[in-house]
Amino acid sequence: MGAVLMLVLREPMRVALALITTMMSLGAIYGFLGVHFIAAFQVLIYVGAVMVFMVFVIMLLEVREARGNKRYSNLAVPGAMVFAMMVGVLGISVWRAMNTGAPSASPNGEAFELVPFSTAFLRDYWLQFELTTVLLVAAIVAALAVIKVHRRVPDNRVSDRSANG
Amino acid sequence: MDKHQLLLWLSIALFSLGLLGVVVRRNALIMLMCMELMLNGVNLSLVTFMNQNGQPSGGVLVFLVFVVATAEIAIAIPIVLLLVKRKRTLDLDAYTDLKG
Repeated sequence: MGAVLMLVLREPMRVALALITTMMSLGAIYGFLGVHFIAAFQVLIYVGAVMVFMVFVIMLLEVREARGNKRYSNLAVPGAMVFAMMVGVLGISVWRAMNTGAPSASPNGEAFELVPFSTAFLRDYWLQFELTTVLLVAAIVAALAVIKVHRRVPDNRVSDRSANG
Repeated sequence: MDKHQLLLWLSIALFSLGLLGVVVRRNALIMLMCMELMLNGVNLSLVTFMNQNGQPSGGVLVFLVFVVATAEIAIAIPIVLLLVKRKRTLDLDAYTDLKG
């Protein structure tokens, strides 16, 4: 899939396009699984918001890498070892769960609808929902504090404009 | 190997490739995108488990992951912008003089 391309390509814009491809195909997988609104949110939030933001930042920065620059860092070999260990451990766990015959493919797997999800979301998990709102507000405030929003309009100009208006 | 098993393998592959990308690549923006890839792998496994046992709590967790990913990008992008404004490069080896 497109995820392998992300590791190989050099230009950040092409990596972003590969990631967009990966996310769109994940949205298609969610759609095939029957969770259509999660697919819609995947496309809307990830591809629509996060990746557009990322592409804008890539175009805004436009820092050219030098041609002879190394693509991978010095940690490439330990990173590959950690990758192999991660795949091994997770694969062994999944394999063992498959061999023990976990109860899978329950008949109500397809019966996922929006109404029970929404009621469960807003009745049982309302505290987490409110905590996400707090987290988003904190993220907005932190982002504004990081870029240090200055709002220093000269006072006489403001008073002139208000007097003219 | 049924459908859920295949999707679990796919989510393992996504998460591991994202981890490999975060460790291996040098570009800061590419590392951020690989973190998004890891979150996508976790989301895929959550949706698979939710589809397997039919409870809606996995969807709630998927939404929380969406929100956390959005907040993370919203914080990380201005930090990257400030770093690039200081040194005019995205290479993370140039920032090894940062002290915590």
